[in-house]
Amino acid sequence: MQRRLQPVSLLVALAVLTIIAFFIALAVGSVHLPLRGVIEALGGGADPLTRTLVLQLRLPRAVTAFATGGLLALAGALMQVLLRNPLADPYILGVSGGAAAGALTSLLLGLAGIWVSGSAFVGALVSTLIVFALAHGRGGWTPTRLLLTGIVVAFGWGAIISLLLVLSNNASLRGMLFWLMGDLSYRSSGWLPLMVVSAGLAVCLPFARHLNVLARGETLAEALGIAVRPFTIAIYVGASLFTAVAVTEAGAIGFVGLVIPHMLRLVSGSDHRTLLPGAVLLGGSLLMLADTLARTIVAPQQLPVGVVTAAIGVPIFLYLLNRARGPL
Amino acid sequence: MSELEIRALTVSIAGKYVCRDFSLALHAGTCLGLLGSNGAGKTTLLHTLAGLHTPDSGEILLHGAPLNTLPRRRIAQQLGLLMQQQEDSLPASVLETALIGRHPHIEFWRWESHADVNIARRALKMVGLDGLEQRMQTQLSGGERRRLAIATVLTQDPHIFLLDEPAHQLDLHHQLALLRHFAALAREQGRILIMSLHDVNLATRFCDQALMLFGAGETLCGDSAEILTAGNLSRLYQTPVVPLNWAGGTVFVPDQTREAGHT
Repeated sequence: MQRRLQPVSLLVALAVLTIIAFFIALAVGSVHLPLRGVIEALGGGADPLTRTLVLQLRLPRAVTAFATGGLLALAGALMQVLLRNPLADPYILGVSGGAAAGALTSLLLGLAGIWVSGSAFVGALVSTLIVFALAHGRGGWTPTRLLLTGIVVAFGWGAIISLLLVLSNNASLRGMLFWLMGDLSYRSSGWLPLMVVSAGLAVCLPFARHLNVLARGETLAEALGIAVRPFTIAIYVGASLFTAVAVTEAGAIGFVGLVIPHMLRLVSGSDHRTLLPGAVLLGGSLLMLADTLARTIVAPQQLPVGVVTAAIGVPIFLYLLNRARGPL
Repeated sequence: MSELEIRALTVSIAGKYVCRDFSLALHAGTCLGLLGSNGAGKTTLLHTLAGLHTPDSGEILLHGAPLNTLPRRRIAQQLGLLMQQQEDSLPASVLETALIGRHPHIEFWRWESHADVNIARRALKMVGLDGLEQRMQTQLSGGERRRLAIATVLTQDPHIFLLDEPAHQLDLHHQLALLRHFAALAREQGRILIMSLHDVNLATRFCDQALMLFGAGETLCGDSAEILTAGNLSRLYQTPVVPLNWAGGTVFVPDQTREAGHT
């Protein structure tokens, strides 16, 4: 039996990690800034160049990265409980496919900025509604049925995405590929997703114990006093919304939503009262660090952040999985 | 007023009747054994009594209040269900799993108190899983998982226990120890037990009342001493059964002489 971290020490450690990742994201880049300069700039001091660099370029990007990573990890944890499937991730029910189809259509039409994120968001919502309506159908809404519906709809989106890629001209193809791999350079100011992730966590946390119960099965949850049907619908809507916001901000960044919740389960157990805030902090930190690397490794070229996320996350996860003796 | 009352209940599943127009009032301290062949509807009836399956007609009253008007949490505070099977696809420790049983008793915003943890630890001790609290439930054997599920319903500490095959998967020692414990809860604290059993001899030993489900909605209910007879049991299981008397009482066994005659 391996020792597990206590919830409080885990969350404190993750908060420290988040702060460190935040300052790294602000200090490191094409121009390396001293930590003092970063702190002064955040306080409104420092020279104009540093201030512009920190406040207008790097801060929004770091905030977006944190919020996106947090949203994906939170949505992933919720989806895993909803489907009671350790392989579930935020995209498993086709939300990212819908968003990608929307975004790529805009890119194909030569649109940019708000149009791309707007159509991505609409695409995500359309996909959510389609899966919800079809999986609900007549009678039951079992996890298997939901999962199969979601996966089939995702396949459908995949075909549309391939079609859009084939139809696109060379000029827009690169942007499309970056979008598909996850890319933070279409970022907004980042405050909207940050608000969504904070509000989302605040709404989910009081229900964390309910999630612990639901994770053991719907019948047991019902027998233990949870109104399962409205609760699962709320989880589905919430997780889809978080995913839609994340995808709209940063494209389809893979891996974070699947693996962050598992990392935390391996390290500290499966109580969602620590798992949910832990997932937001760890997912957010990982994405801030990954984005910093994506900006700097081959500067002035930028890598898609999704590539870097996997490069950091895959070895860490395999190490944790290997270290844990018991089954996941 | 009886604590659990069934009024003119008709239950069916997949077009098959489990019981028809069935009425029964259960008082404190009752232990009702539910007998029937595979697929007769024992689980469906228990789920109906737990409010998880909607009956075709009739009413179930919990302390005089219709079950379908009560919030789920109120029901779960008084009525615990041990399910036949337990899914466990996501990992959790033994203690975490048992503590789940406290869920209906803990206020929305609160965490489990020391008292809750103590109740869970006592339940784990009762089922012989003390010392395994930090083990992952996926690392337990089948019988241990079953005992963990029993510990969870003991942690829930309801007034009415609905137990779906509590003896299933347990070794002889744990079968007897746990059924004795449940029976003592009924006898000494006035709890109500309704349990489906496949072992007739456990029913004759622990249940003061019995309900037989013959399929197609036909039921027979009464004092177990009166209705658990070789004739009724032979009809129930479509298998000849004979009573054997010995110093400890009567046990029912399949009639091998007549079985041999059949084949």
